[in-house]
Amino acid sequence: MEDRQTLNRNLAQMLKGGVIMDVTTPEQARIAEAAGACAVMALERIPADIRAAGGVSRMSDPKMIKGIQEAVSIPVMAKCRIGHFVEAQILEAIEIDYIDESEVLSPADDVYHIDKRKFNVPFVCGAKDLGEALRRINEGATMIRTKGEPGTGDVIQAVRHMRMMQSEIRRLTSMSTDELYEAAKQLRVPYDLVQYVHDNGKLPVVNFAAGGVATPADAALMMQLGAEGVFVGSGIFKSGDPVKRAQAIVKAVTNYDNPKIIAELSEDLGEAMVGINESEIELLMAERGK
Amino acid sequence: MMSNLRIATLALQGAFAEHEQMLRSLGAESVEIRNLNDWLTYAENPQGLIIPGGESTTMTRIMHDLELWDPIRDAIAGGLPVFGTCAGLIMLDSQHLATMDITAKRNAYGRQLGSFYHEGGFKGITDDGSTIPMTFIRAPYIETAGKDVEILSVVNDRIVAARQGNQLVTAFHPELNTDTHIHRFFLDIVEKSI
Repeated sequence: MEDRQTLNRNLAQMLKGGVIMDVTTPEQARIAEAAGACAVMALERIPADIRAAGGVSRMSDPKMIKGIQEAVSIPVMAKCRIGHFVEAQILEAIEIDYIDESEVLSPADDVYHIDKRKFNVPFVCGAKDLGEALRRINEGATMIRTKGEPGTGDVIQAVRHMRMMQSEIRRLTSMSTDELYEAAKQLRVPYDLVQYVHDNGKLPVVNFAAGGVATPADAALMMQLGAEGVFVGSGIFKSGDPVKRAQAIVKAVTNYDNPKIIAELSEDLGEAMVGINESEIELLMAERGK
Repeated sequence: MMSNLRIATLALQGAFAEHEQMLRSLGAESVEIRNLNDWLTYAENPQGLIIPGGESTTMTRIMHDLELWDPIRDAIAGGLPVFGTCAGLIMLDSQHLATMDITAKRNAYGRQLGSFYHEGGFKGITDDGSTIPMTFIRAPYIETAGKDVEILSVVNDRIVAARQGNQLVTAFHPELNTDTHIHRFFLDIVEKSI
């Protein structure tokens, strides 16, 4: 028999080449699904508003999440706080399709992440670099995403994380076996995960881009940098024409290396989310959880 | 014997890379279809098409927007061998491309907690009593099948694989395991059609 870990990695494989959109209402969820989202992330407030509101940010009301589950046929994800395994238990109880143990919410534990292998539902976790990604995978995450700064519309951090991860992967693939033991030590991860990356030139799970993606060009940029799909949070429903923008980003991810198509998709999309530059923000959510 | 085959994979969204890897391991070439231009080029000398797992709503949207819907439907209706897995099965059913006389029940086993692994029989492959691996991820099953549809596999009393002439569908994902039987089964259909 195959285990839940494998089945959960398999679900992430089915999401590849797709766009996962943040939604706060059943109506938004239906718009996202019709626009071609491969999954939705149900949350009470999108990251831009979490950032604006300040204070402690927690898992969404299960009733609100259930409303979104009933509204669409595509997978529904939801966020729990880093280390808050009871929020995760609640999300599992309502049969969520994927839990995002997310730095966008206020961390509940500043030392430990959730022991994700204890759960039957899958987890996606954020990572800034290869070590962080492999530590999360070792804890049971079956999908990884960058920790681009959420709610900013500034793609710089997602780019930095994806470039870092790809560069570290390339470095590992060129190492000799004896060097891999040392690499495992430095990355603070088990040897078998390092060996997998060395042998395959990629993470053992699907790797998406997340944080600050606001335009079709941003999405295609992340795909060309090696992302296997894209999360779009505030970028859609904080923009002037969410439907058109959502559809354009979906098609840009499919045709990420076709500038002619992306040029057409980028025309006349209305206003993008205003955004905040990385240097203008006080709270760097990517620094939560290492 | 399959070294000169050139199979298209609908690469709009989902697990198409896994199919391509499977095709290459069997010595066939794979061609990605991401837009109308890709399709028109391939359609000059088409041999077969794989529609992968992923989200059928996403694929439907992109196929319409990029004007792939009609030409691909017409090619399949015209006899092009096609292999649909999971979402690909849904795409061929009466509610979607409607080239196959089946109706699919989407998310038939519920949410991700209902996803499962099974080893089961498949007509024409496991007639000696052996089994093949079957991974079901938020899978559909075939609720109704017309008289021209040959049922190839039944799991827990549900139809999970079928064939109608040039069209082969599985509710599970043979591309996620290393067993190549079902892809070879499809390539046989392709070879016989050329």
